[in-house]
Amino acid sequence: MTVTAQKASTASGAPRGSLRRSRPRYGERAIQAILLLAALVSIGTTVGIVYSLIPPTVEFFQRISFSEFFTGTNWAPLFEPPTYGVLPLLAGTLVITAIAVAVAIPLGLLAAIYLSEYAQPGVRKVLKPMLEILAGIPTVVYGFFALAFVTPLLRGVWPGDGPAIFNGLAAGIVMGVMIIPTVASLSEDAMSAVPQSLRDGAYALGSTRMLVSLRVVVPAALSGIVAAFVLGISRAIGETMIVTIAAGISPTIGWNPLQAMSTMTAFIAQAGSGDIPVQSFDYKTVFAVAALLFAITFVMNALSIRLVRKYREVYE
Amino acid sequence: MTTPADVGIPSGREDRGGRLGPTRHRPLEVLFHGVLLASLVIGVVFLATLLIYVIARGWARLDSRLWENFNSIRRPERAGAQAAIFGTIWVMALTALICLPVGILAAIHMEEYADKTKWWNRAIELNLQNLAAVPSIVYGILGLGILARQFGLGTSIITAAITLSLLVLPVVVVASREAIRAVPNTIRDGSLALGATKWQTIWKQILPASIPGIATGSILALSRAIGEAAPLLLLGAVTFVAFNPDSLTSAYTVLPIQIYDWIRQSREEFQVLAAAAIVILLAILLAMNSLAIYIRNRYQKRW
Amino acid sequence: MAHPRHTYTVGEMSEPKQTAEAEDRRGEVHLGNFERSRSVSDTAAVFTVEDLSVFYGDYEAVRNTTLTVRENQITAMIGPSGCGKSTVLRCFNRMNDLIPGARVAGKVLYHDEDLYGPDIDAVEVRRRIGMVFQKPNPFPKSIYDNVAYGPRVNKMKGSLDDMVEEALVGAALWEEVKDKLKANALSLSGGQQQRLCIARTIAVKPDVILMDEPCSALDPIATAKIEDLMHDLAEKYTIVIVTHNMQQAARVSDRTAFFTAEVDRKGVRHGRLIEFDLTSTIFGKPNDRRTEDYITGRFG
Repeated sequence: MTVTAQKASTASGAPRGSLRRSRPRYGERAIQAILLLAALVSIGTTVGIVYSLIPPTVEFFQRISFSEFFTGTNWAPLFEPPTYGVLPLLAGTLVITAIAVAVAIPLGLLAAIYLSEYAQPGVRKVLKPMLEILAGIPTVVYGFFALAFVTPLLRGVWPGDGPAIFNGLAAGIVMGVMIIPTVASLSEDAMSAVPQSLRDGAYALGSTRMLVSLRVVVPAALSGIVAAFVLGISRAIGETMIVTIAAGISPTIGWNPLQAMSTMTAFIAQAGSGDIPVQSFDYKTVFAVAALLFAITFVMNALSIRLVRKYREVYE
Repeated sequence: MTTPADVGIPSGREDRGGRLGPTRHRPLEVLFHGVLLASLVIGVVFLATLLIYVIARGWARLDSRLWENFNSIRRPERAGAQAAIFGTIWVMALTALICLPVGILAAIHMEEYADKTKWWNRAIELNLQNLAAVPSIVYGILGLGILARQFGLGTSIITAAITLSLLVLPVVVVASREAIRAVPNTIRDGSLALGATKWQTIWKQILPASIPGIATGSILALSRAIGEAAPLLLLGAVTFVAFNPDSLTSAYTVLPIQIYDWIRQSREEFQVLAAAAIVILLAILLAMNSLAIYIRNRYQKRW
Repeated sequence: MAHPRHTYTVGEMSEPKQTAEAEDRRGEVHLGNFERSRSVSDTAAVFTVEDLSVFYGDYEAVRNTTLTVRENQITAMIGPSGCGKSTVLRCFNRMNDLIPGARVAGKVLYHDEDLYGPDIDAVEVRRRIGMVFQKPNPFPKSIYDNVAYGPRVNKMKGSLDDMVEEALVGAALWEEVKDKLKANALSLSGGQQQRLCIARTIAVKPDVILMDEPCSALDPIATAKIEDLMHDLAEKYTIVIVTHNMQQAARVSDRTAFFTAEVDRKGVRHGRLIEFDLTSTIFGKPNDRRTEDYITGRFG
């Protein structure tokens, strides 16, 4: 056995130096830093939101007690004398959200099941964009439609005393349709992610399409579907333009969707779009309600994230 | 002559244990299928009705006055939305300049560099999820409280652009992340194994492969941004604006706000104007969304 | 130890009929046209591995591996699944660094330099020590851009066209693609794609080519082409190949390392090198009983 001498260059001709690097790759490090900064913008946004909400809210509650705010039944902060009970806003938000959700969740989920389990590829290519277009329509357009078309329509067909010109029902229905694409698309994504092997297994056992959809796919995609629902609800709570345009204003608690009702978002929009001087108390009112709105949607979102983690079925 | 039947082999439609045979039509299945279709049809019908109504209502004013004239409260027959149209274009451009780079770079960080065990990366992840669900009007509060007042940018077009950028940033980030994640690891391995650095791999392989997804997401984010009215209500998108924006700090209005303002006017002429302006806005958005869908269908890589 | 009943025939076999008959006899492994019956010399050591262990977190995936890879030779690593062959292979070009929690104990020397020393530039390591993967993974670009990618990112000087042609010639692919260099790489067949991957690897003028089961996703004809290619490649490069296919290892390699998995007292599997020697020895007169069992097909 012979030992050949070590060559100074590699067999393929490229010169061989040490593998050690004289300077670290600074370019790579700089890029890493820039990327991190870009990602930190999201944290900056949240910090900014909280920071803009807290001082005025604190000052608000220094003057108005919690009990007056949270248990008062009359909301008229810009009137004389002003009242600061937020329950009417909460009630209005709740009623309209409930109507919207009653429309969006069933229709959205069914649409998602159809798209995911039943639709031929040709049909999908047409229907999915349509849902996306529905999602892309600005809310101000929906508001206009609710006020100018849906309300007169409801008034026309309703037996007896129909809805008022500004009412919660039209706003709720239109909002519901607006949210359908959110629910449908997220649910459908979740269902599409379910491995085909699960469906195949069920079909191979003689299951029908309906059963596979309802008993195999939906449970498997449950985490995504529930997340879709919660996101839909959250969007309904936070929606502004439709209610501002079509639902009107009401200072008192009303559970009747045929009447006008105020929501938190509508108040913020209406009060906030006037020119409010900084020191005036009205300015702080807007922030206090916004803080409440933010808190509610924040909690819902945290809930949705928890739900997603809890119900996830793992296939790997 | 013995037939197959004689030796016990069933023929034709004979029931072989009751399991095979022509397809049974289960009524429940058909009903379910119908219900599913109906749900989609409802959405489609609603959309069609909305579009037809808006076009019909605004038809009378769908003429060049809309984009040639500025707004006028006293003379509705002369009112136009030029200020709003130009404002929308300015806002869209500025928003794109701000949120696209930030969003794409953030997505690259999250997908390629972030060590998930580090707390700040988990905080970023959580924040992105939260921010997507924050109501748009709260972004208006952010813009008002911090950008307009604290930073002194006032209720100007740049404030609007930054606020909207922050609003749609999660959309860009999510779409970009998905596109980047879809690139298989075999591509990364192949590139790194040839002696490319991480950034070279990203810049030369991953990003080019992700562009269709990123582009689609960006267009959708921008179309969302220009349809927003709520945050801008708080940011002094002063409704009576009779000039086009001329600088980053100028006052402005955008189409959704102009529409909102016209809806609130009592006179019928303004309702028609609102509908006409809606048609313009929808036309712009339809074009953008169709472009996004076209890009997705045409260029999306199936790995 | 050679048992009279088990004869391992290594060397030229010219009669297919004998092969067929031979396969009937139990325990015999006929290894086809095996031309590498020349003696294998001790060329310079490219990789010197001493007592290598690889951990993923706390889990020791491979332990106690000691072997030497020699210049311009083909070293094969064989053994049943899950015994650490690919893990060890990936140590040679530091691709294991990409797996979070992976770490290495023991020594891996590359031409007397510690591959895992401080300040070692993993990027340069990977330029010198190339890798071909199990499933062909060409970039979604043209054939030309695939091969040119390596030279471009490494800023190699010279005519790109020449480098691309040279690499494709070296990978025995030039004739088939010279008229369609701008075509999408994904339009090639599996075997062609794998040769493309080899071409782009040699375009950066590496020292070593690592191959991780390069033929397992290919049909027998494509496999044969690549095996032939390996003989040519070994004249210029050092090759380390992981393979599940024993006969392939016997056909192409000069030295073979046999790995297997051991189960410790707690029931955890760890991969381990059992025997490393000339291929003729491993397949002819293996020293370890376990090697012999694997070769004769008693397990694995």
